[in-house]
Amino acid sequence: MAGSSAGRRLREALPLLPFGLFVGIFLIIPTVTVIVSAFYLDGVFSLQRIGLLFSGTALSALGKSVLLSASTALIGAVLGAVLSWLVVSSSPTSTLRRVVLSLCSVLAQFGGVALAFAFLATIGLNGVLTVWVFERFGFNLAGDGWLYSLRGLILVYTYFQIPLMVIVFTPALEGLRAEWREAAVSLGASRWQYWREVGFPLLTPAFLGSALLLFANAFAAYATAAALVSQGSPIVPLLIRTALTSEVVLGQSGFAYALALEMVVVVALVMVAYNMLVRRTARWLQ
Amino acid sequence: MNASRLLAAVASAAVVVTAVACAPPEKKSGGEQTNSGVTAAQATSAADFGGMDGLVAAAKKEGELNVIALPPDWANYGAIIKSFADKYGIKVNSAQPDAASQDEINAANQQKGRSTAPDVFDLGQSVALANTAIFAPYKVATFDSIPAAMKDPNGTWVNDYGGYMSLGYDSAKVPDMSSVNDLLKPDYKGKVALNGDPTQAGAAFSGVAMVALSQGGSADDIAPGVNFFTKLKQAGNFLPVDPTPATIESGQTPVVIDWDYLNAAETKKLPSWKVFVPQGAVLGGYYFQAINKDAPHPAAARLWQEFLYSDEGQNLFLAGGARPVRADAMVKAGTVDAAAYEKLPAVSGTPVIMTQAQTDKATKYLADNWAKAIG
Repeated sequence: MAGSSAGRRLREALPLLPFGLFVGIFLIIPTVTVIVSAFYLDGVFSLQRIGLLFSGTALSALGKSVLLSASTALIGAVLGAVLSWLVVSSSPTSTLRRVVLSLCSVLAQFGGVALAFAFLATIGLNGVLTVWVFERFGFNLAGDGWLYSLRGLILVYTYFQIPLMVIVFTPALEGLRAEWREAAVSLGASRWQYWREVGFPLLTPAFLGSALLLFANAFAAYATAAALVSQGSPIVPLLIRTALTSEVVLGQSGFAYALALEMVVVVALVMVAYNMLVRRTARWLQ
Repeated sequence: MNASRLLAAVASAAVVVTAVACAPPEKKSGGEQTNSGVTAAQATSAADFGGMDGLVAAAKKEGELNVIALPPDWANYGAIIKSFADKYGIKVNSAQPDAASQDEINAANQQKGRSTAPDVFDLGQSVALANTAIFAPYKVATFDSIPAAMKDPNGTWVNDYGGYMSLGYDSAKVPDMSSVNDLLKPDYKGKVALNGDPTQAGAAFSGVAMVALSQGGSADDIAPGVNFFTKLKQAGNFLPVDPTPATIESGQTPVVIDWDYLNAAETKKLPSWKVFVPQGAVLGGYYFQAINKDAPHPAAARLWQEFLYSDEGQNLFLAGGARPVRADAMVKAGTVDAAAYEKLPAVSGTPVIMTQAQTDKATKYLADNWAKAIG
């Protein structure tokens, strides 16, 4: 009988095969390649490439990447949570709610060159709005070209972080059962007390988990920054691009492997934290 | 329940089979034996195929050619690819048109031995000279009419087309300019863009070198060029946007420092776009053409070279505003497309073409100083 149970398990696992294959080809093999290449130089174990991660350029890029991801995760999480709360408070059939949710699904994926260009053409140094405001009010919106620096990236990233927060946080808000509020109220709690004693503690893990997801999302984003920042490589993904494709300074592909490993480690840490928080949230939402 | 599970299993099996079927086949490269007994991958001239007809026949038999990093609006490559495909009935697979030179080498190494690997390269100087070990030497029929300084004596690489660094500007948005120093004027506030980061992109690197020439520097000393960009940045005139046809046509980058043939290509789409090569700061740069020694279509790769260096191919580069490497010989022979030749931006003075040693020195200086200069 053992044979048939093994056979059944095999049959059940079969539909997962394509998924496993895809994960293997596009996630596991590249990750292993990155790790091995970061440590092996011409077939010999070496820490030279890892050592490069502690150079000024690499540390500054990592610092800025973390700053960019953390600030946009925080701004996106707070504003996104407020927006989801407004969405959840409206009736489930309201048009506004459906419009906001579908708009968020679209905008959360609206990154890359198109988004960067939209901002360039609006509030860049020669943007439509910049020119219009300058002609009308004599005020230069684009200033010293802040849009093309880290500050610009923060603004542009926030544009897709807020909708993503709405998408991932709304289910948690919807999980707050009306009965819990009714119970609290019947026990004499005020609205503020309910939120402080029941609502916020329940939502905190979900909120922090969503914020971590936003962090990882911004940390790995590449195309938007590549289209917006043409000088220098302030963040890690752009530094990897430089190391891989520079036509001027050659032979840096080993450095790119080390940088990629650094990103894998940061995202892995974030995702472990995310999973722990999700497990806590899941307990309440069952 | 059972039926749906069976369906899922069948579907997943189908996906796997398709995925395997899509993978490009491993191919033993080297091609067929030519008339003279060497394989196509070893042929060093059309004579090894028994002449052009033999080469054409061998290339047609292969039926395909893989090119990489050839943007259709760059040096007229769109038209060149189409003419080649129509003339010989060979399908041209153009991969990653917007890729950089280094990407071409990366692709050749990663896809080595596969039918999708690039057959031919079109590279910037540094990348080309660092990778001659993976090129196959080949002499085209017109090899002798290419200036000696612009080819490897064995034909391992040959310059194909080039141009001079120029200032492109939208005359409807900014006043005409007569020197590089004009860029510091308030008229150009927030309007001057460089085609990329000079520590990454060859065009931007040459842009800084050109500015250096205009500021009293030389091919051996590009510091004055970097200083000029610091001044440009302090004046608020430097625009840190990577120019593309989209940014130029929408007016986001009213002044662009780039190769004259790239700027000239914009004039076709935006008539008010003018191209200016500053006096006394003529910096020339040529691209390097080479054949992948592991080319999956070795005969087609060689036919592509013959086509590019024929009068027809060279005139197609010229029609795109680029200077073909055989321009002087073709002017003498009267085979040049005179109308297109007349349209090239006027240039006065002897062009400076940096040697690899000078490029290396400048690269080091830029790597150390560029970020500080515009930070």
